[in-house]
Amino acid sequence: MTLLRLFFEFAKTGLFAVGGGLATIPFLQDMGAGTGWFTNTDLTTMIAVSESTPGPLGVNMATYVGYQTAGIPGAVAATLGLIFPSVIIIMVIAGFLQKFRQSKTVDALFQGLRPASTALIASAGLSVAGAVLFLFTQGGGQGELANTIAVRWPSVILCGVVFVCMRYTPLKKLHPVAFIAAAAVAGVVFQL
Amino acid sequence: MNIYFDLFLTFAKVGVCTFGGGYAMLPILQREVVEGRGWAADEELTDYFAIGQCTPGIIAVNTATFIGYKLRGVLGGVAATLGLVFPSLVIITVIAACLSNFAQFPVVVHALAGVNACVVALIASSVIKLGKSTLKNGASITIFLCVLALGNANRVFHASVGGISLFELLSSPAVLIVLAGIAGYVVWGLGKKGGERK
Repeated sequence: MTLLRLFFEFAKTGLFAVGGGLATIPFLQDMGAGTGWFTNTDLTTMIAVSESTPGPLGVNMATYVGYQTAGIPGAVAATLGLIFPSVIIIMVIAGFLQKFRQSKTVDALFQGLRPASTALIASAGLSVAGAVLFLFTQGGGQGELANTIAVRWPSVILCGVVFVCMRYTPLKKLHPVAFIAAAAVAGVVFQL
Repeated sequence: MNIYFDLFLTFAKVGVCTFGGGYAMLPILQREVVEGRGWAADEELTDYFAIGQCTPGIIAVNTATFIGYKLRGVLGGVAATLGLVFPSLVIITVIAACLSNFAQFPVVVHALAGVNACVVALIASSVIKLGKSTLKNGASITIFLCVLALGNANRVFHASVGGISLFELLSSPAVLIVLAGIAGYVVWGLGKKGGERK
């Protein structure tokens, strides 16, 4: 019964969270309050674990919540529930697109979507860059200086080195995961 | 190799290599799916991401379903999607079972700081690659710049109409995607017809 409920609750999240992993968080807060499966503190731990392990954030969250609630079957039920609605919706859209691919109108729409999609990805990249390469501190009270921004130089340098290596040196033939692994080692060695 | 197994395995690889949200998977997708397998072109990836922005669900999952479906119909879509989530299921279950304070280990914190700095560089490089295939003329560059500006305008400007924050609304990806689709129709759809009439 719990399994069915996990599947259903996460299917609801999958159906209404539009636009990626972080969009699932408000739904999970509601779910925690409604079902008593986890508290907001648990949720913070889950977000931290999901962000520090590979895999899409939303999927990691579902697996974690499912496991905590009902063990391995729970993890499977929650994850399948989360992806179920979008798999159906995307297949319907994909079928529709294949049918109308020759259409001039659809082609024109996508001509407009592609630069917009590129811009949204660039924009997401910029917010990741902001969070990773800079340190924002809220100004302390008593009329002191307002918010300050500090540059995390070690991260900036690492980011720059990776970028140059993967675009302008023979290393660009390497798989991206080689850079990720090297950066993880660098992070540990230099105590980033 | 069986194509369904190949789809499962390739997307499992993408799942293992993706840290963070759907955008972090882009560099790995370009490598594995576009360059490695030839299953999709760079422009198609932007199409899938655009649709993933406006439809429910995780963008990474939506993209996997799309590519799998395109290659082998419903079963292909299911194989690719299950492949993508499989590594998460295993890794997260192990961590949840054994290491509930995993995210606080100093080694994990430092390694992750390194990975995050690397992901910024990977995304930057992916955007440049995408831009080469999607920003080929004045109109597409204009759309790119408008979306980039509107998407971030709410950080600087604030205005509200009837209680609805205007820039907040405009910066929503779904709204921007719809506007860009309309712009595309006006520029390329209507423009071409006009050209034919002459």
